[in-house]
Amino acid sequence: MLTPRIIPCLLVHNKGLVKTVKFKDAKYVGDPINAVRIFNEKESDELMVLDIDATVENREPDYKMIENLASECRMPLCYGGGIKTVEQATRIFNLGVEKIAISSAAIENPQLVTNIAKEVGSQSVVVVIDVKKKMFGGYDVYTHNGTKKTKIDLEKFIIDLQTLGVGEIVINSIDNDGVMKGYDLNLIDKFKSIIDVPMTVLGGAGSLDDIKILIDKFGIIGCAAGSLFVFKGKYKAVLINYPKYSEKQLLFKNIKLGENNV
Amino acid sequence: MIGIIDYGVGNIKAFSNIYEQLNLSFKIVKNIEDFFDVTKIILPGVGSFDHAMTSLQNSGMREKLDELVLEKKLPVIGICVGMQMLAKSSEEGNLKGLGWIDGTVKKFDKSKIKNGPLPHMGWNTLNIEKENGIFKNLEEEPRFYFLHSYYFECNNKEDVIATATYGKRFECMVNHENIYGIQCHPEKSHHNGIQLLKNFGEL
Repeated sequence: MLTPRIIPCLLVHNKGLVKTVKFKDAKYVGDPINAVRIFNEKESDELMVLDIDATVENREPDYKMIENLASECRMPLCYGGGIKTVEQATRIFNLGVEKIAISSAAIENPQLVTNIAKEVGSQSVVVVIDVKKKMFGGYDVYTHNGTKKTKIDLEKFIIDLQTLGVGEIVINSIDNDGVMKGYDLNLIDKFKSIIDVPMTVLGGAGSLDDIKILIDKFGIIGCAAGSLFVFKGKYKAVLINYPKYSEKQLLFKNIKLGENNV
Repeated sequence: MIGIIDYGVGNIKAFSNIYEQLNLSFKIVKNIEDFFDVTKIILPGVGSFDHAMTSLQNSGMREKLDELVLEKKLPVIGICVGMQMLAKSSEEGNLKGLGWIDGTVKKFDKSKIKNGPLPHMGWNTLNIEKENGIFKNLEEEPRFYFLHSYYFECNNKEDVIATATYGKRFECMVNHENIYGIQCHPEKSHHNGIQLLKNFGEL
């Protein structure tokens, strides 16, 4: 049976791995290659690596780093950060990255989604949408690590992306980032029904129970988390961790046969 | 010597890393001169069907591959779109496939997949339908990583060696004589994938 994907999300800042809280206060948590090796050993479902400097510094993706990560990574790898053109996306894809994530570039130039999909296939084009609650209901879309508010209508954007040929949509909650008190279920509830491609949510997971709540409610969904897989204990000691398959099976046990086509 | 075909489509590095780790001899094949000591062939593939077929044609290796696979009967495995290329045609494109295994490539019917998105993305169970050396030492219900919206359908059901289920049971591994095809990604499927690639290398 197809099972929900449980995905560690790693943030790269100044060539090291960091973890943020509400997109701020980046705390150093280790070396990217070392982390990939540990997730190999732990057989994680996928891995997402986001370079949070590239767009902000308006620079090219760090191809050397991406190549090193991709050649070490024995699970599907999604890379995002600084990709603005089809050429950059294709180059990264050819370094051995399965999925190309774009965010601000998809907002500035939605046609880019279609153009990248033409080169590498729709299944490999991911759009990450950083969202923050509005004061009086609804959500705003942000870019540049949560520093630039856009005028995008989130619902319309999600629908448009699918017409343009996106292969996966990642919704990242700025409010819940690093807080480790659970996903924003209202946010997911609001948009899950209009998403026909694989959907992944990021922001807020603090325990495997939070992931279980997500799966029990939404079935087949990508469950991404940062803090959960790099910190341990209430003092947030840095320790890379990931559930064993037997632990994951417990998270999946309420998925009903037939409901997700098994 | 395992030859990994590099025609600009697919994750060559992922395969070479695994064979390096397994200590099985392999090489990356970029043109027909590279084939001289190759005894087994890996045909990776990602992206769209027509793009993959055009790239293979443009690589200049197509005729040589036909000869090695169909006449010299070297073992070959097509992976993901590489498997789909073994078919005669695909609903995804207009170009003809290699036609090495009698079958066509079809698109999943979204309306039949309740609560499930397309592409079919993630870890799914392989149902082994027929004994085959390529399954040696795999778990009973091995899990592999899938990422696709189209699937291979054999015209001769005796060519089917494994299936998976997504909305419907579909054929995710085929074998006819020396020719193998696998829809999922063994190069990204941890221990089961490594075992399967090892088995192919030792066939």
